Amino acid sequence: MNGKTFKSSMRARYLKQKLFFGAVRLSALLITLALFGILAYILANGFRAITWEFLTQPPTDSMTKGGIMPAIVGTLYLTVGAILVALPLGVVSAIFLTEYAKQGALTRIIRIGVNCLAGVPSVVFGLFGLGFFVVFLKFGSSILAGALTLGILILPTIIGAAEEALKAVPQTFREASLALGVSKWNTIFRITLPSALPGILTGAILGVGRAAGETAPIMFTAAAFFTAVLPKSIFDEVMALPYHIYVLATAGTHIEETRPLQYGTVLVLIALVLGIDLIAIVMRSMIRRNKRW
Amino acid sequence: MEKDFIIRTKNVDFYYGAFRALSDITMDFEKNKVTALIGPSGCGKSTLLRLLNRMNDLIDGTRVEGEILFEGRNIYAPDVDPVEIRQRIGMVFQKPNPFPKSIYNNITYAPKLAGIRESGEIEALVEESLKQAVLWDEVKDILTKSAMTLSGGQQQRLCIARALAMKPDVILMDEPTSALDPISTAKIEELIDTLKKHYTIIIVTHNMQQAARISEYTGFFYLGKVIEFNVTEKIFTNPDVKQTEDYITGRFG
Amino acid sequence: MSAMKIRKNILTLHAKEIAIRNLFGFFAFLSVLLLGLILLFLFREGLPLFKKISLADFLFGTAWYPTYEPPEYGIWPLIVGSLAVTFFASLIAVPLGLLSAVYIAEIAPTRIKEILKSIIELLAGLPSVVLGFFGMVIVGPWLQETFDLPTGLNIMNASVMLAIMAIPTISSLSEDALYAVPREFKEASYALGATKYETIIRVIIPAALSGVSTAVILGMARAIGETMVVLMVAGGAAAIPEGIFDAVRPMTASIAAEMGEAPFRSGHYHALFATGIVLFVITLAFNLIADYISNRFRETGSGTL
Ligand SMILES: Nc1ncnc2c1ncn2[C@@H]1O[C@H](COP(=O)(O)OP(=O)(O)OP(=O)(O)O)[C@@H](O)[C@H]1O
Ligand SMILES: [Mg+2]
Repeated sequence: MNGKTFKSSMRARYLKQKLFFGAVRLSALLITLALFGILAYILANGFRAITWEFLTQPPTDSMTKGGIMPAIVGTLYLTVGAILVALPLGVVSAIFLTEYAKQGALTRIIRIGVNCLAGVPSVVFGLFGLGFFVVFLKFGSSILAGALTLGILILPTIIGAAEEALKAVPQTFREASLALGVSKWNTIFRITLPSALPGILTGAILGVGRAAGETAPIMFTAAAFFTAVLPKSIFDEVMALPYHIYVLATAGTHIEETRPLQYGTVLVLIALVLGIDLIAIVMRSMIRRNKRW
Repeated sequence: MEKDFIIRTKNVDFYYGAFRALSDITMDFEKNKVTALIGPSGCGKSTLLRLLNRMNDLIDGTRVEGEILFEGRNIYAPDVDPVEIRQRIGMVFQKPNPFPKSIYNNITYAPKLAGIRESGEIEALVEESLKQAVLWDEVKDILTKSAMTLSGGQQQRLCIARALAMKPDVILMDEPTSALDPISTAKIEELIDTLKKHYTIIIVTHNMQQAARISEYTGFFYLGKVIEFNVTEKIFTNPDVKQTEDYITGRFG
Repeated sequence: MSAMKIRKNILTLHAKEIAIRNLFGFFAFLSVLLLGLILLFLFREGLPLFKKISLADFLFGTAWYPTYEPPEYGIWPLIVGSLAVTFFASLIAVPLGLLSAVYIAEIAPTRIKEILKSIIELLAGLPSVVLGFFGMVIVGPWLQETFDLPTGLNIMNASVMLAIMAIPTISSLSEDALYAVPREFKEASYALGATKYETIIRVIIPAALSGVSTAVILGMARAIGETMVVLMVAGGAAAIPEGIFDAVRPMTASIAAEMGEAPFRSGHYHALFATGIVLFVITLAFNLIADYISNRFRETGSGTL
């Protein structure tokens, strides 16, 4: 190639590259700004609402004053219930998929099932919870129905995380144990699962975060507009933070008046959910760094 | 005198999917002797070793034909539990692979699961196995430390002790010294020499001198077949097959 | 010693192993059963609608007046609403998601890469009701003032907020796909004198195309199934929109907003469940397509090994 034309065509090529890299960096910047913009805005408007009373008192004056304690408690119940459902089921499924199943039609069907379950819209889970748990099994709108619905919703997340953690356990551990004449079950239970535990817990925490923030699945299965008292059994309805935000922001005649309460509730929910996510993220990077094998 | 063969293979073929990794393997392994398996990389030594304690069961899509008899019983018969076979035929791997547990728990792990509960018995077992593996003096004060903190050679001896704790009849070793320095290697060779009084040892090695030093019998493998299987001395001084001679003298190719 | 003791348990152990395997298999299969159960109960509560109206009238009817007398259950406006917000959200989310994935996989220094990945994960963790709230109180009023609109709750607003929800899916899945492109491909390209830009556009992205397509499809599936954002910021008008500043009522929003008031097993209640079926089928189709693409990719991938 002629030296001169080569140089000028190189200039054009590098210009293109510069433009492209600019666009790429801009996109990363925009995403970062979106997150921090939203967080900063909520924080700036919400922190004044956060008082001890706000966190520990029930709402008063037809929810125009007072706190959000029942919603915090309700979200806690629903989330804990969801993880109680999803964690054992998810871990057992993942163990089957990674430790027992051979490549074949059954595994393939299960995998497709899990993927599709992960893609079901949350409001459809709500409809299912209503049709199955609330109506068919007659649980009524209750903690039980809501927790089960949320549990199914986060099941694919837990399966995915547990599978990944189990796959990361070196095959040599399993071989060492099996070669000693230890049964497969004991090998899984004593060697593989303990080694995968931190990873599984990370996944579980992420699942908790997801469950805590969901609104649509609990709208028809568990969430109450308002309860002054805390639930006494798993068959009671509860208030929940996400639903409370929706209610305050869209329903009623005092939408403008209760803005500070709305910001405060949003801030509490974000702190809860992102706090949980952050714990999981930090945990995961710690696991990666201190790999003992 | 009639020889006592603890493991016998009869016309064994082995397949990874459609690929035949072993063909027509017929070998008898004498009790309380050391048998070395040698041959170029990929010739199927590890495959045979893992076949003897059913470790190849773990790999999907594998198939065995022929018979492998352990004390006269076909270990691939449908009513045989591989777990039992592995309790009686232990294995030491190429790379030391202790569990991320304490030294003590590495030893007690399998015996406890096999039903030994009494603490006196367990402690005696730990001491005995570590002494057999010539590791006791080095670790007796740090039994609760993680096995991962040991050196490579120590880890490998711990893995041997771990296998010994199950009191197997046979110990399979797949290049147990290939990841170790010369001093650790020497220790393990000494160890093998003392162990053969009570155990049958089948060892894969790429080190000709090692095979000559420690084994009574040697089998030479090539492309999934046994080319020659005989008393070690014969193999190394006056082999019947030219391929064997070429291999051990390094003229192979 | 205990060699004898050890051997005693063997046969019972063997049976136990098989029992455990089967039990675990059953629980793993539960995910598939649940999927079937979801479909079953959507049908159970949704199908009675079709005693009243035909499937065609339901899907393509342009009037959604479920509470009028006589009621009308045409969900075409709702379908159009869902498609509109999903389409415009994709216009924003696909380039941003893809470009950020390229940045993370190919360009960013390690530290920034780690931080950005965490940021995207946190963005994915933002509850949808929070984004809906943000769209209502910030984006809505701003749009209304800037463009002098009757309402700031419209397709535009919903698309922006939905894009924020879809970006993490698209970005992280695309990044995985880009990251999985073998080094040799890149090195071969550089060795031929290609610039980094040319290598990314001509070699890396094409090689990762199926993974990237999967990411885009799943991101869109996420957007079409999203509820709270569109419930709060799409405006709620069950009419076929004419412009990007019109209000719409996507299917998810309609279900969430009306289920609370629909009398138990009324026509309205059944119609909402039937809408759920449509939604389920659409997202299922998206997921199966994504699964198909990523699977075919895996086969060719291993074939080259
Ligand atoms: N899991 C497997 N799947 C498919 N083929 C395999 C597998 N393991 C080994 N093989 C093949 O079987 C043949 C024998 O392998 P094997 O590991 O037994 O060789 P080896 O004699 O132990 O070699 P080395 O001295 O390198 O350890 C090789 O061709 C190898 O590629
Ligand atoms: Mg080998």
